[in-house]
Amino acid sequence: MSNEQAWAGFTSGRWCDRIDVRDFIQHNYVPYRGDASFLAGPTDRTRALWAGLIELFEVERERGVLDVDVHTPSTITSHPAGYIDKDRELIVGLQTDAPLRRAIMPNGGWRMVETSLAAYGYEPDPDVREVFTKYRKTHNDGVFDAYTPAILAARRSHLITGLPDAYGRGRIIGDYRRVPLYGVDALLAAKRAEKAALDDCPSTSDIIRDREELAEQIRALRDLAAMAADYGYDIAGPAATAREAVQWLYFGYLAAVKDQNGAAMSLGRTSTFLDVYFSRDLAAGRLTEEQAQELIDDFVIKLRIVRFLRTPEYDALFSGDPTWVTESVGGIGLDGRPLVTRTSFRYLQTLYNLGPAPEPNLTVFWSPELPPGFKEFCARVSIDTSAIQYESDELIRPRYGDDTAIACCVSAMRVGKQMQFFGARANLAKALLYALNGGRDELTGVQVIPGLELVSGDVLDYADVRARLDTVLDWLADTYVDALNVIHYMHDKYAYERLEMALHDYAPGRTLACGLAGLSVVADSLSAIRYATVRPVRDETGLIVDFTTTGSFPCYGNDDDRADGIAVDLVRSFMTKIRRRPAYRDATHTQSVLTITSNVVYGKHTGNTPDGRRAGEPFAPGANPMNGRDRHGVVAAALSVAKIPYDQARDGISLTQSISPAALGRTRVEQVANLVGVLDGYIDAGGFHLNVNVLNRATLLDAMKHPQRYPQLTIRVSGYAVNFVRLTREQQDDVVNRTFYERV
Amino acid sequence: MTVRSAQSSRPDRTEGHGAAAVGRVHSWDTSIGVDGPGTRFVLFTAGCPLRCGYCHNPDTWAGRSGRLMTAGEVLARIDRHARFLRVAGGGVTVSGGEPLLQPAFTEAVLAGSRERGLHTALDTAGSLGHRAGDALLAATDLVLLDIKSWDPAIYRAVTGGEVAPTLTFARRLARRGQPVWIRFVLVPGWTDGVANVAGLARFCAGLGNVERVDVLPFHSLGAAKYAALGLPYPAAGVRPPDADLLARVRGQFAATGLTVC
Repeated sequence: MSNEQAWAGFTSGRWCDRIDVRDFIQHNYVPYRGDASFLAGPTDRTRALWAGLIELFEVERERGVLDVDVHTPSTITSHPAGYIDKDRELIVGLQTDAPLRRAIMPNGGWRMVETSLAAYGYEPDPDVREVFTKYRKTHNDGVFDAYTPAILAARRSHLITGLPDAYGRGRIIGDYRRVPLYGVDALLAAKRAEKAALDDCPSTSDIIRDREELAEQIRALRDLAAMAADYGYDIAGPAATAREAVQWLYFGYLAAVKDQNGAAMSLGRTSTFLDVYFSRDLAAGRLTEEQAQELIDDFVIKLRIVRFLRTPEYDALFSGDPTWVTESVGGIGLDGRPLVTRTSFRYLQTLYNLGPAPEPNLTVFWSPELPPGFKEFCARVSIDTSAIQYESDELIRPRYGDDTAIACCVSAMRVGKQMQFFGARANLAKALLYALNGGRDELTGVQVIPGLELVSGDVLDYADVRARLDTVLDWLADTYVDALNVIHYMHDKYAYERLEMALHDYAPGRTLACGLAGLSVVADSLSAIRYATVRPVRDETGLIVDFTTTGSFPCYGNDDDRADGIAVDLVRSFMTKIRRRPAYRDATHTQSVLTITSNVVYGKHTGNTPDGRRAGEPFAPGANPMNGRDRHGVVAAALSVAKIPYDQARDGISLTQSISPAALGRTRVEQVANLVGVLDGYIDAGGFHLNVNVLNRATLLDAMKHPQRYPQLTIRVSGYAVNFVRLTREQQDDVVNRTFYERV
Repeated sequence: MTVRSAQSSRPDRTEGHGAAAVGRVHSWDTSIGVDGPGTRFVLFTAGCPLRCGYCHNPDTWAGRSGRLMTAGEVLARIDRHARFLRVAGGGVTVSGGEPLLQPAFTEAVLAGSRERGLHTALDTAGSLGHRAGDALLAATDLVLLDIKSWDPAIYRAVTGGEVAPTLTFARRLARRGQPVWIRFVLVPGWTDGVANVAGLARFCAGLGNVERVDVLPFHSLGAAKYAALGLPYPAAGVRPPDADLLARVRGQFAATGLTVC
């Protein structure tokens, strides 16, 4: 179809002559300021389709995976068209030829494929093994060729954990909206032009790499068109209807998840874009509200069944089989108009129509200026499902503009214009123990960091410990950035995200995203050393293995500047150190205070700490205060976390709170109003991210006993949501033991 | 159910006025939707003349256990939360213990909060209502009035005190047209008698200033605190009310035209 026909009725602008999705949205969307009363429930078709999948989920939960295709390494065109129930589906496309059948993606690393298969009782295909062990080098192989002894030591000792050196880095969001708006031919033309513009540049290694990447992108776009053709769709031109727009957009996303098993494969910010198509069809009488909702429900069903094959180790870090199909909803435009449309509501409505679920990871960009009807609906959905998270539009918009989305949990990036080099996180609590032990590991006694001295004396001195920690953090920051540089060099080389990057502008902004874990453990430990008396307990080799603390000390999470100030100082100082080490591809250094569910694994590998935490006990997730140490309620805890400066942690600062319904108000109306108030207050105070769980501890305990009764019980952990019953036992315990704000 | 003697209510020993007023404070907390409307800064004063057998905060009974603070110090703490409370919608609640044991201090905190543009609430059992001066009440937007029982004998048995002063205070608040939320803790076997509830409902409905009644189901989450304090737990063995009982009691209040939550 020609552009003129497909774009009939749209207001033209710069977007017509160049690829500029934001410009299209701004010229064409109409904010919706009403309430949720217009929404439609699920149709019989939707119910039947979803019910069929629920049966498969049950089998999948029992076995770990439903099925794996061990023979066919996944590419955009590797598998023939697959369907859940062809006659019932409105939006089509699966990663393989059958729903929940997982594919192998060996470019990241063959060992990971083999380990994953073994974990679920599958044999690898010998031919595929031969290819990836004999003829084709992987990302994982490349990384270990270039790692230094320091990196290997930091990695082995769990000082740095979760590095994407054996799995896909993810956290790259293709601008999937470009596919419906322009069609693949126009995108190909634009990419060819970008490549041609390099023809006269001197062939430096940077330019050669760019040319090769652009050639790969062009190839990926052709594959995308071929994949769609296999489903009977010609997507060379733009989409002409709402249904086509959803389908084209989904094809773009589907090609990405066939090409890559990135840790987070986020969707972007699509609801208000699609709303333009829905509004046009509704106005023309081509679509009813029920049909509009049905299309979104069907699309969301597809997003809920994205699957990757992963190792049990990966699952221990990021539990519950997450894919981080993060979709950012809401926010305010630069011109002051809310970016809320009826389709924003329709996305949230899927949590009612299909029941709660962790994916897609629905993320609301919150501003106190959002329309009241939308705020109330969000709060209601949170109270009913605990499935959505909130990020500060007030912090994001001035820094990244209004066409920004979250990748994974808390990483903001301009859609199609910015990507990130994901870098997991460093264990700050372990770093503190290394500072005391002269670089030796507190559990194994192994010397990890050379050239440091053991702390002496009977009582720890704050200034002395802080100076020693500084030295360790210098070493850690250098080693950490070096590791990430190696990883991303090799990922670009061996597992390049050709389709996702084809849906970016040329030369996107790049961030190198470091992260830290154990912030509250270290803040409280340093506070104990400063304000109480902490005596180290040494073993026979002189290694400090425990502490005795006398006196009281302020803890992070109570809006007490003495402790909160230490946390702020740690974040600032580590960021400064990270920035000193040059980053691969001139990326901008950032860091996050986010653990996902790895707070459990980090804690497991960390000895006793001066704050009184025992060896092996989990850290608090993200930037949370330690469990039970925030003694002044949700507001005081939130104010503490809000002190951490976003500009020193531009990759995001995560706070997860669990509140029992009764601790939000006595009536439903009050609970909704009060949650809206708390969100307004937290964002106004400078808070960045908030996961809200509204449930009773008793519900979780019952779900541990009777998982089969709670197939869709969803809870927010750090930055994503999970099916509670799919967490490991340790992680379930961790969630249950976290601070619940309930009224005694 | 056992009858305990009420502790004689000691005179208010705090001194000073305004920001200099000194009080004994048990703790502070922030809460949502349970201590008045919206998100609240809640100051728990130390010391209470009643000894309710089901009290879930027995650690606030002894006045001497509280930490001495001036109203100015408390207000400085409130200042840190003021913006959040205003944006979120909410305010400050002075609770206890029994705040009216320390009326000068309570008044200073409420008046200071009011000056900061915050909604103010006083959470009291009302037995010391005569100590609340008009200035204190004028600084109070909402009174959360806990009436433990209507029947004087039951009241005495449950609290160790008399109900009459509370009712006198309730009438005074009604004359002033002061907004009131009644709080009634429903304790099966203790306060759940049909006549007891009906009497209280009639009384509350007749006042004219009662905006709502919170029927609070008894829970035993305070039991651990008794153990920690080395005190016997008088409500040991009492079960939380079941849904039917809760519905009956809420229905009794609602039948008089009151708003029940």
